[in-house]
Amino acid sequence: MGKPIANRPFGDGLMSHAAATVASATGSEGNDAHHDSGFWRKYIFSTDHKVIGIQYGLTSLTFLLLGFLLMTLMRWQLAYPGEPIPLLGPVLEKVLGQGMAFKGIMSPDLYNSFGAMHGTIMVFLAIVPLAFGAFGNYVVPLQIGAPDMAFPRLNMASYWVYFMGGVIMLVSFFIPGGAAKSGWTSYSPLATIADMGHRVDGQTLWLIGMVLLITSSLLGSVNFIATIIQLRAPGMTWMRMPFFVWAQLVTAFLLLLAFPPLEAAGLMQLMDNLFDTSFFLPTGLVVSGNPLAVSGGGSPLLWQHLFWFLAHPEVYVLILPAMGIVAEVIANNTRKPLFGYKSLVYSAMAIGFLSFIVWAHHMYLTGMGTKISTFFQTTTMMISIPSVIIVTTLFISLWGGSIRFTTPMLFALAFLPMFGIGGLTGLPLGFNATDIQLHDTYYVIGHFHYVVAPGTIFAIFAGIYYWFPKITGRHMSEFWGKVHFALSFVFMNLVFAPMFLQGLEGMHRRMYDGGATYAAAGGIEGLSQFALKLNVSISHAAWLLGWAQVPFIINLFWSIWKGRKVESDNPWEATTLEWATPTPPPHGNFASPPTAHRGPYEYSQSPAPNGFTPQNEPA
Amino acid sequence: MSSAAMEIPYSVEPRPDTGLYNGKVGIWLFLASEVMLFGALFSSYIMLRVGSDAWPVHMLNVPIGTLNTTVLITSSITVVLAWAALKLKEFNKFRLYMGLTVVLALTFAIIKSFEYRSKFVHYAVEYTHNGQVIEATGHIEGSPWNWSLKTLQNPDHPIESIVFHPDAAGHGHPGEGATIHAGEHEAVTIATKDIHKLESFGPWHHTYLAIYFTLTGLHALHVLGGAAVLAWFWITGPAMWRTDPERLTNRVEVTGLFWHFVDLVWIFLFPVLYLL
Repeated sequence: MGKPIANRPFGDGLMSHAAATVASATGSEGNDAHHDSGFWRKYIFSTDHKVIGIQYGLTSLTFLLLGFLLMTLMRWQLAYPGEPIPLLGPVLEKVLGQGMAFKGIMSPDLYNSFGAMHGTIMVFLAIVPLAFGAFGNYVVPLQIGAPDMAFPRLNMASYWVYFMGGVIMLVSFFIPGGAAKSGWTSYSPLATIADMGHRVDGQTLWLIGMVLLITSSLLGSVNFIATIIQLRAPGMTWMRMPFFVWAQLVTAFLLLLAFPPLEAAGLMQLMDNLFDTSFFLPTGLVVSGNPLAVSGGGSPLLWQHLFWFLAHPEVYVLILPAMGIVAEVIANNTRKPLFGYKSLVYSAMAIGFLSFIVWAHHMYLTGMGTKISTFFQTTTMMISIPSVIIVTTLFISLWGGSIRFTTPMLFALAFLPMFGIGGLTGLPLGFNATDIQLHDTYYVIGHFHYVVAPGTIFAIFAGIYYWFPKITGRHMSEFWGKVHFALSFVFMNLVFAPMFLQGLEGMHRRMYDGGATYAAAGGIEGLSQFALKLNVSISHAAWLLGWAQVPFIINLFWSIWKGRKVESDNPWEATTLEWATPTPPPHGNFASPPTAHRGPYEYSQSPAPNGFTPQNEPA
Repeated sequence: MSSAAMEIPYSVEPRPDTGLYNGKVGIWLFLASEVMLFGALFSSYIMLRVGSDAWPVHMLNVPIGTLNTTVLITSSITVVLAWAALKLKEFNKFRLYMGLTVVLALTFAIIKSFEYRSKFVHYAVEYTHNGQVIEATGHIEGSPWNWSLKTLQNPDHPIESIVFHPDAAGHGHPGEGATIHAGEHEAVTIATKDIHKLESFGPWHHTYLAIYFTLTGLHALHVLGGAAVLAWFWITGPAMWRTDPERLTNRVEVTGLFWHFVDLVWIFLFPVLYLL
């Protein structure tokens, strides 16, 4: 199937392609070799879904690193409260001002800002753009046999609106008062009054940034759904689509329908901030001993409802693409069809539907009433069923396979138990009786990080190692990939497992000193020294987790230029259509329009010599 | 580059098994998300109104609202006629109806802006008179735009007093009870030093006005955005009609669908904000 390089519609070789895409994402202008007339259209304002996917990937990986950095600094304050941060403390003082980090000590305001921005950056600027923007953009059109997205220019707009949203979020660190500091949930009235002295505060920029990010994901989701409905290759029927495409389709519907209510809420909070309305400000609100001069009559609960109407489907936006990646990698490396493909598809649809009616399980303690709580408790238990079906079918898919323990497969295998832990620890939070004890503690932090960090991020790593040869024409180092995996696996668990214990002891999730004040109180209401000491070990594990990413970062960039070249267009001997393209795929993707003749995972099904039949192979 | 070499399938002709071209799928998906956007705001309206102690009614001018509703519905008809004219290959009629649609859209926006203005020259004032605190709503002599106590106390241009024309009883702000000057229409002169509070009927004055301005403001942005796109087709239509008539017809159809949605939102806004 491989075509010699000279036959490709695009003349650019592997190296220049990869080098230029890196330059494009970092905004580098230094590379004169690429300043031909086509450079800007080809790599910066490209309408090619693959270049846009790479742009999304590199931008969001940068944000992932930044979000992680914020957290490592917070972990210093939690482990050693009130002590100056080594190395970076003076830098913070210089860059953000004395009020934020006097003598390198993190101020409470800075801690709050970092907490809010860690969550915001990780969810909206790192994980979703990676799982949906990067992988979805690059892989979905290839897997359905399309030449590009249905609306290529809209696709470009989507990336650049996302980019602007990211820039506004970053700028907010440097304005007077600093970035938003009311948590990634931005609950009103706190979000409105936190920086009242400043006309344009961090929260205002947060809202403007969010409106842009929501617009970006709206453009993206319209494009994804239209592409999947309209541009499937001949023979690519719905039940022949790879599960990854199904996962992206459901994700796109969630983004399409769940994000607009947050946009509405964001506009209303913006009105509260800028035009003194009272959408979310109740009558009689007193701030610092003074009654607030607003008309009142607003409802803080309204914000929470609108926020979680997005933010719970958002959880599935984070996890469904990850499940899609894991399904692809598992089928490919067990060399057998996925167990229960249709169950996977229907479960993903069920999750998509149910995720719209579980949001208020985040609000059991708001006093919204037991009848409402009961309803949402019931729907929450129902949504765990399709989630468990997906994980179970993926587990059963391993049965009887001759598993290849490649780096992507190791990450995919680790995803299963990690997501399992994350999911099962969610059940006590879904029951409103047990949630009373656990709400807003480190138990919650442990729970959702198990889903997103060793869950989704591991799946993202699996995807990067898996599709890297198609994107660049070279393999990443297997050895360093395995080192990266082993270290990440150990330290991820050392970071998040102890948080369950801290949470069960009642440690609150937003305490600036990591609970030291409560531990000092002693007695029955205090926090044990054991829980407090865990702060130190968790912090050290987090920093080591950071160092464990160094092999990955070096491996990623080194392999672009120096990695082992692929021997064919289909180095993993996979069945899906993205491997039927030249490597890397040119603008327009396929050398000739493909036709799907069979299902996506025909491994070990035929007497074919190497035990697999690609989707485009005629019957 | 290779953009000519690479064609996106079904960007003009419909895909046989779905019966739709890409743009039509795209616009329906977009409208679905728009339903969620306005749906969230309407839900907020319900929640805020149900939770309020007193909700002002009949604060808006119903005849003007009715007129604007008629204008917008008419524009929905003309946009369909514009599309039908393209289908019948009668390009001059298309130009006529599309031009009419844009004019009607702008008429709507202009009427709406007069309605907005009337809120910013309408005031609520709270002041001391003979040792008694008086609350009143009405107009300031000369109809200044969006004054507040800060405007009066501006050290560069201090204003010593205002001449206030109170509303007739029953107008203004039912939530705050009848105005003190019930039945009176005579102007009163109020010294700035006696005023505790002065604000126009902007979004800050009451949650009803907040949701009114947010909903109608967002809707107005949709009207202006839609009008801009329709005007663009009116301007560039002749060139495209020569080179790619089918694509132009599709574009007008898709934008027409959006325009009907904008109209439909108003059909809900009008009773909710003006009549109920």
